[in-house]
Amino acid sequence: MKKFCMYLLTAILMTGLMSSDVFAANSGGTFKFCLPYGGQVFGLDPHKSTRTQDNIVELNIFRSLYQWDATTNKPVLALADKVVISGEDKVYTYSIKQNVKFHNGRNLTVDDIIWSYERIMSKELASPAAVDIRIIKGAKELEQGKVKTISGLKKIDAYTLEITLSNPVDPSYNLYKVSTAILPKEEVEKKGAAFTTNPVGCGPFMFEKWVKGSEVTLKKFPDYYEKGLPYLDKVVFKIMGEGAARDIAFKAKELDATIVGANQYLPYKKDPKISKNMIEVAEMYTRLMVFNLDDKNFADKRVRQAINYAINSKLIIEKYLKGKAFPTVSFLPTTSPAFDSTQKGYEYNLEKAKALMKEAGYEDGFSFEVLCTTSKSYGVGVIEAVIPFLKKINIEIKPQLVEGAVLAERARSGDFQALTWSLDSGPDPLDALSRFHMDNPRTSRNYPGYKNAEFSGLIDKAAKERDYAAKIELLKKADAMLKEDAPLWFFNYNKAIIAYHPWVHGIQSVAPEMMYQDLSKIWVDAK
Amino acid sequence: MLAYTVRRLLQFIPTIIGISLIMFCLLNVLPGNAALMAGGKRELSPELIEKMKKDWGLDKPLYVRYLIYMKDLAHGDLGQSFLRQEKVNDLLASRIWPTLRLAVSAMVIALTIGIPLGFFSALRQGTWGDSASMIVAVSGVAMPQFWLGLLLMLLFSAKMNWFPTSGYGDGDFIHLVLPAITLGLGSMALLARTTRAAVLEVLEEDFIRTARSKGLSRFLINRRHVFQNTLVLILTTAGLQFGSLIGQTVIVEKLFSWPGLGSLLVDSIFLRDIPVVQGGILMIILAFLIVNLVVDLLYCVIDPRIKYQ
Repeated sequence: MKKFCMYLLTAILMTGLMSSDVFAANSGGTFKFCLPYGGQVFGLDPHKSTRTQDNIVELNIFRSLYQWDATTNKPVLALADKVVISGEDKVYTYSIKQNVKFHNGRNLTVDDIIWSYERIMSKELASPAAVDIRIIKGAKELEQGKVKTISGLKKIDAYTLEITLSNPVDPSYNLYKVSTAILPKEEVEKKGAAFTTNPVGCGPFMFEKWVKGSEVTLKKFPDYYEKGLPYLDKVVFKIMGEGAARDIAFKAKELDATIVGANQYLPYKKDPKISKNMIEVAEMYTRLMVFNLDDKNFADKRVRQAINYAINSKLIIEKYLKGKAFPTVSFLPTTSPAFDSTQKGYEYNLEKAKALMKEAGYEDGFSFEVLCTTSKSYGVGVIEAVIPFLKKINIEIKPQLVEGAVLAERARSGDFQALTWSLDSGPDPLDALSRFHMDNPRTSRNYPGYKNAEFSGLIDKAAKERDYAAKIELLKKADAMLKEDAPLWFFNYNKAIIAYHPWVHGIQSVAPEMMYQDLSKIWVDAK
Repeated sequence: MLAYTVRRLLQFIPTIIGISLIMFCLLNVLPGNAALMAGGKRELSPELIEKMKKDWGLDKPLYVRYLIYMKDLAHGDLGQSFLRQEKVNDLLASRIWPTLRLAVSAMVIALTIGIPLGFFSALRQGTWGDSASMIVAVSGVAMPQFWLGLLLMLLFSAKMNWFPTSGYGDGDFIHLVLPAITLGLGSMALLARTTRAAVLEVLEEDFIRTARSKGLSRFLINRRHVFQNTLVLILTTAGLQFGSLIGQTVIVEKLFSWPGLGSLLVDSIFLRDIPVVQGGILMIILAFLIVNLVVDLLYCVIDPRIKYQ
């Protein structure tokens, strides 16, 4: 009996230890990851970077006030221990962590945060992050050159920061982005333009080497403020824009993990080994066809709805995209906090589509031109798949293949009848839906030229609402209204997938962008 | 010869001015601009897009932009990249060496295999050896580089684990092998076919018949008469091939993540990073002109009958 009890106790202890991260996670090793968006990294100064590819590297070198938490699917505090909200939800007082060090060994203080935000707003820098800092009171005045400091930033002491906002908005969706990262002033000033090629941050990894056009290497920062992290000694980002080359490199074990492209998805899914180590998420990009509402053919809501009913989107996703996408419900993806799970998307219903066309007086149909790119997920191939469906309601569509730069320009100038594109639909649902506000012109991302006073009223109300649950309800209503009005053909939400080898642990589903992996929590088995 | 060289070098100036004008006009009238592409997958705010356009001078009239560009060019300044936070001169300087390494290695492969293969084939005309080598040559010309590169990667990297699939490493030799073979095979095939045709033509010449009737050995005839007389044509082909190889590196560089000029140029075209495209094209044109000049000068060395005044 005594022996049995001993065994039992040992077993319980072992199970407890095995399930804890401390025991399970392995420190050390190198993680080889890909940079799949084109053949370059442009620069590693987060205040200047505009591209996703650069951000993938930067978010492991730098830290912002908040960071994305893949588990809760929202931004959480990173550099602060707590925040107290007061002043009618406009004043945020942060207790900054006292153990945060930059890679040069200096402690991060409130001065660094104030300096970083003021750098972003400086007229000379023209930072893409200015749009996020603009929520702070007095930031716009600095941007316009009227003042020298941001009045809404107040240093209480070295580790207490008070931020006053212009309006009662949740700053976490703005201040979690790596483009608002906190930088060490002395390093930026000392290195000048070279900071972009030799950056210093306070993130889990330090910059080591950058072979331009080929790879970027980071090494572990031993004084990183999160105890025990990062696990990895080294991270190598290999720039690999070609899907086929990534596939071979992954199979040759030269990459520990890779983003899965449209052509690799099915073979990977069928592979008994690889399929066990794949993680997928509905990324916050919605693929759709934008109708130009100034075109008389699309003026009637029933025509737009008919198009949505006439196309069997699920079939196209299944057969043409081989299942590498999620069918849409409306604009907001399933991972958005304002996604309404009680809503249903447009189902394939040809009879209903025909009836709507007849009601709208378009029984004989019409023809229109669609601008598109070569993208597998929403490009010319998709349009070709749509053609036979719309032919059944007497609509003839003509794809016009253009480059991304041309599509972007024509979308903003309104020089199109329809176009297919992938639009940001998160993470902040208010920002995602605001693009369709009637006050926004096409240059402000309202590409269809959608004007609905009721919808815009809901957006305005949501923007002012301070109760989070009530705000989400308003946004759900707005999203449902957008679906009903159908200024778009709602096609798919991107299914982003990362495949990894069995020795890799800790890859997470990051809905804003799957490649935005926080590598500090990733670990590899000892080889 | 010195006067000829100086004259040719001076001819570069109007050529470059002419090309730069055409290039500038074409690139600047293309629809779309770098500010619209700056966000990549993300959309940027309209204010930022307008600010970028202003900062980059895209709001100025075309002729003003051209004058500024030419003024800077006269001072050896190729401008500032719109998107990369770097000077174009620095960007190109860091990319030209990997491209030259790749192109030279590919050319070495092409010359060392292509010329002997062409000779072998011509000297055994009509035999199975001739057919086999020409099948290799035709396949080399016909095979798309992208496909060939993937096959090599699959075989030598994924299966045999001999070479890395891609990347530049620390500039080591092992990373160079597969890209150089992929790039060089097409030129090798073309050189083999050209050499074969040239050798066959020379073999029909009277002086070869004379040499044979004099009782010279086959080796001596081939070395002294056949090889020397085919060299001008081979050199012309090789020169042209080398020039175009620098331009052809695009696909190989993209496939193998090779940090060269070609991949930089292609990305910059799609992103409308006009200063980088202009600088890159100028660089390639300059390389082409220099290679051609060197080939022309080498003619004198190979064939004493050729003289430049």
